[in-house]
Amino acid sequence: MNFWNDPLKVAADWLTGIFTSWGMNAVFAHVLVAFLGVLILITILMVIDVFLVWIERKVVARFQDRLGPNRVGPFGLIQPFADIIKLLIKEDTTPDGADKVVYNIAPLLSMMSVLILWAVVPLAPVMIGVDLNAGVLFIIAAGAIGTLSIIMAGWSSNNKFSVIGAFRQVAVMVSFEIPMLAMLLIPTIFSGSMGMNAIIQSQNIWFVFLSPLAALIFLIAAIAELGRAPFDLAEGESELVSGYNIEYSGMKFGMFYAGELLHAFTYGGFWAILFFGGYRFFGLEKVSPFLAIAIIVIKALVGYWVIMWVKYTMMRIRIDQMLAFNWKFLTPVAFVLVMVTALMNALLSGADSWLYVTGMILSNVIVAWVSLEIVRSVSKKEREKVEGLKPVVEAHH
Amino acid sequence: MTGEQIFFLLVGLVTLGAALMVVTSRDLVHAALWLVATLFGVAVIYTLLNAGFIAVVQVVVYIGAIAILFIFAVMLTRRTLRDTGASVNKNWWAGAVVAVATFAGLTFLLQSWSGFSKTAAVIPSGFDAISQLGDALTSPAGYVLPFEVASVLLLAALVGAVYLAFNKK
Repeated sequence: MNFWNDPLKVAADWLTGIFTSWGMNAVFAHVLVAFLGVLILITILMVIDVFLVWIERKVVARFQDRLGPNRVGPFGLIQPFADIIKLLIKEDTTPDGADKVVYNIAPLLSMMSVLILWAVVPLAPVMIGVDLNAGVLFIIAAGAIGTLSIIMAGWSSNNKFSVIGAFRQVAVMVSFEIPMLAMLLIPTIFSGSMGMNAIIQSQNIWFVFLSPLAALIFLIAAIAELGRAPFDLAEGESELVSGYNIEYSGMKFGMFYAGELLHAFTYGGFWAILFFGGYRFFGLEKVSPFLAIAIIVIKALVGYWVIMWVKYTMMRIRIDQMLAFNWKFLTPVAFVLVMVTALMNALLSGADSWLYVTGMILSNVIVAWVSLEIVRSVSKKEREKVEGLKPVVEAHH
Repeated sequence: MTGEQIFFLLVGLVTLGAALMVVTSRDLVHAALWLVATLFGVAVIYTLLNAGFIAVVQVVVYIGAIAILFIFAVMLTRRTLRDTGASVNKNWWAGAVVAVATFAGLTFLLQSWSGFSKTAAVIPSGFDAISQLGDALTSPAGYVLPFEVASVLLLAALVGAVYLAFNKK
């Protein structure tokens, strides 16, 4: 086993050897090395996060027919560093009547809920924090901590707007968690495991080809979890100024902002892992773990780009419409899709792979078509109720 | 004492301390947040018992849903979030006696159980706890009946809640 095949293990063994040669307890050395690994991963993520700010601003500029940051450094690459310096030297304000402890913990929790997700992200076949056998559920658990951080921020700021923003955001997150959880079950059904690595390993055919509807619903639920447009009514600057983070200044606001960007990138990564084969790309991942990392980062960036594309193209929708959309459309469709997929999986488990793929796609198309037809007829009735009877009918009387 | 035992004692102390803060905190939102800390401590204890799945479910269900609903309910129903009056009534000592008696009774009962003083068996590598749990919950020889009864109970609660909240036209 050499460095180029399993760099993390070789580096960890080397470090553990050094620590134990200093006379350190073996268990303690092990814990220390693991701790250093986490520290390095988080540092790399935070550095990536800095450039995500630049990517986001450049992409939004393209969508809005502008240039974006272009003054500081080549292509404006130094701009995020200037922003960070600005955030750091800003006055750190705390509103009157704020609950100081909760107010200060909230941005930390927000950032933590994103970073903790990377514990289960497989970067390469041999590079994964923990290959947890409940890895898929871990995403939802980390999301729960994010929800908590938002409600803490909103409440502790002692500001009506921030509380309303937090209420909206939490209502969205709690409700969109359900279709997301259901959609996480679909890769679980296909692969027979909840572990991230097992899900990737069983994607000889990308799961998006088996269940395109699941990939779409997961993306919608992920965007809602992120609180990005069209689901960004927690921010709603025309009504709420800025939402739950209204009272935060300087780097505490920066934590929320950076957390949101990294969260979007991370969900892009999960979309790639669950439906687009993760680090796999025509066997390239077997060549070198470094190539696998490059593949998953590129896939995550593509997913992130799709999320940005949606954000800067769609309009914000109203909270009641959004909750109705979730509870009356997305959640039932998600549950039906899970049941249909489980049934089809059981029926076709022994079949040829082409029959399996065709059956799965057909069942997806049928579920999508039937649900859209039901929605169309219901919305037609709603519209008739609001607009009254058709004028043609009245003219005959 | 092994490192695991020290860690367990620390987590246990933090969990108990947080639980104490839940009942003594004057501020209801603070009490709810301490409750979150308590539930998180319980999740860590599950992890120490090699029950990663149960730990994750604990976080998803109790912190992600129930604690958030508590905070929502407190925020929406109370005008002031501070509690007034004494936080304990004059029966506090009876409650304490019941709590201590329950703990003593459980300890006494568990002491007669053969597994109480055993060290845990080492889990073989490749042991898939989730599929074992899934099989146990859905096989007729296992716990399918209690599982179904619990499911029906939850469904009935769901339907009941919808019925109560439903606005009759």
